[in-house]
Amino acid sequence: MLTVRHSGLLTTVQDLGRPGYQQYGIVVGGALDGFAARAVNLSVGNDDNAALLEMAQTGPDLVFDQDVLVAWGGADFAARVNDEPLPRDRAVRIAAGEPVSFGLARSGLRAWLAIAGGIDVPLVMGSRSTYRRGGIGGHQGRTLAAGDALKLFEPTPWAKQLLATLVAGRKRAVAWTIRPDVMGKPARPGTVRALRGPECDWFTKDALRAFFSAEWRATKEADRMGVRLLGPELALANPREMISSSVNAGVVQVPPTGQPIVLLPSRQSIGGYPRLATVVTADLGRFAQMRPGDPVRFVETTIATAHDLYLARERDLNRVRLGLARLTV
Amino acid sequence: MQITPLGDNALVLEVGDVIDEPTHRRVQAAWRALTAAPLPAVNELVPAYTTVTVFYDPWAAVQAGAPEQNITDWLAAQLRERLKNPPKTEKLKSRLVEIPVCYGGEFGPDLARVAAQAKLTPEEVIKRHGKAEYLVHLIGFAPGFPYLGGLPKELQTPRHAKPRMSVPPGSVGIGGEQTGIYPLATPGGWNLIGRTPLRIFRPEQHPPVLLTAGDRVKFRAITPAEFVQLEAQEAKLQAPTSKLQ
Repeated sequence: MLTVRHSGLLTTVQDLGRPGYQQYGIVVGGALDGFAARAVNLSVGNDDNAALLEMAQTGPDLVFDQDVLVAWGGADFAARVNDEPLPRDRAVRIAAGEPVSFGLARSGLRAWLAIAGGIDVPLVMGSRSTYRRGGIGGHQGRTLAAGDALKLFEPTPWAKQLLATLVAGRKRAVAWTIRPDVMGKPARPGTVRALRGPECDWFTKDALRAFFSAEWRATKEADRMGVRLLGPELALANPREMISSSVNAGVVQVPPTGQPIVLLPSRQSIGGYPRLATVVTADLGRFAQMRPGDPVRFVETTIATAHDLYLARERDLNRVRLGLARLTV
Repeated sequence: MQITPLGDNALVLEVGDVIDEPTHRRVQAAWRALTAAPLPAVNELVPAYTTVTVFYDPWAAVQAGAPEQNITDWLAAQLRERLKNPPKTEKLKSRLVEIPVCYGGEFGPDLARVAAQAKLTPEEVIKRHGKAEYLVHLIGFAPGFPYLGGLPKELQTPRHAKPRMSVPPGSVGIGGEQTGIYPLATPGGWNLIGRTPLRIFRPEQHPPVLLTAGDRVKFRAITPAEFVQLEAQEAKLQAPTSKLQ
């Protein structure tokens, strides 16, 4: 059992989302950086899709009623256990009753905390993700509050063995780390790679050039649905209305204001604004960490390269998975 | 038929470029052909007015035999092949769903505005809105929100320049040439002419929504007393949800 002492700003239960229901207008959602969530789940022997905690800006204070193996990663939170720093990107032991506190994010915005076994909340439409607007999933369809108690599933034998080894060796954490941010072929700091979108030809040549050359700034209009950016105005060559169609995480849509919005996993299923570009999946996690004022540049790439980047990360994660399975703990 | 990438994990099939019933039927036919049997690496299909978007996992595509350098063409070829030789599916049964609506008053604060715009009495607006038959082209925007086609021309009314901060769930609105029903309390700029006591989003059921793409809809005027009664019935249905949470 996990008990929430302080909720933090926006702490929710998430997994990899609720695909299959967009046809009913229900968002996919899930951890805002699915790859980062998979990495912490992997560190504690969980399935990729196990339910974990996502926190934003101010993390929660937690306590467990049993010894648990946890792993956290993402933004640079001032996480502590018993007033010692809580190591990140690796499996860590927390004893029953030890206070865990995440504090403030010093840089970046969001982090994910996996607990061996995963969080035991009911599956709703095939997912444990919190969908706040729909009031479903996660813990009672909402962000966590002080006093909430969450059940945990049984850890895997591997995770139990690892926890026992740490307890026997009086160690807080394992020596190895899993770093999703260095897997595959990461983009240069401050840049993300993007493809031209279905309506890129609707924009003026200047707008397209500006999009791929300007330095954009994240604004405070940002949430799990998307991040609005500030920069040069992106104009259409001819005024025209789009027939509403699907959108996707990573889509850069441009409303009539000319200021683009990068859509994130909790985006709507259908959008009505021209889709100028799409950020590649491998780089989308950057937007989960963006604070108001943070700069970003878009570097144009091809679909073949985007797939190469996608596959490179998957391959690296698989290598780690195989390595962990062979690890004698 | 055009197939365009929407990022590195989705392809958009475009089967038309206007909002009309023949295009809707083509979307539905493509959608049914692709959902009838699973396609390799495809995890979700989303129909819209003129498109079906196919979401896929590039890693799974490679496991299923796609060449790493050209996953897009490999998947597009599979989609074209499937659409050329669609599996036999049951004939599409179109449902007619009747939606009870309490028009005007607190339920529809913009009924007078729509009437003034149409140069009709509010009673006449209600009559014409209820007489038309609507087609659910697609569901989106919010859980269960139907994009309805078939609004009589004279009832078309421009959106509010400044959207309301919160529209009550069940509100029936007119926005330009579109009409629809708000499933949840959300901000909204449409003209609210009435409200239905039926729940549009039904998370405890499958499908979790009252209307799905391809349904036909008719609105029936009800009194405030009927509204209250139907709302109470709906609340009873909703009770199992608490078990979900």
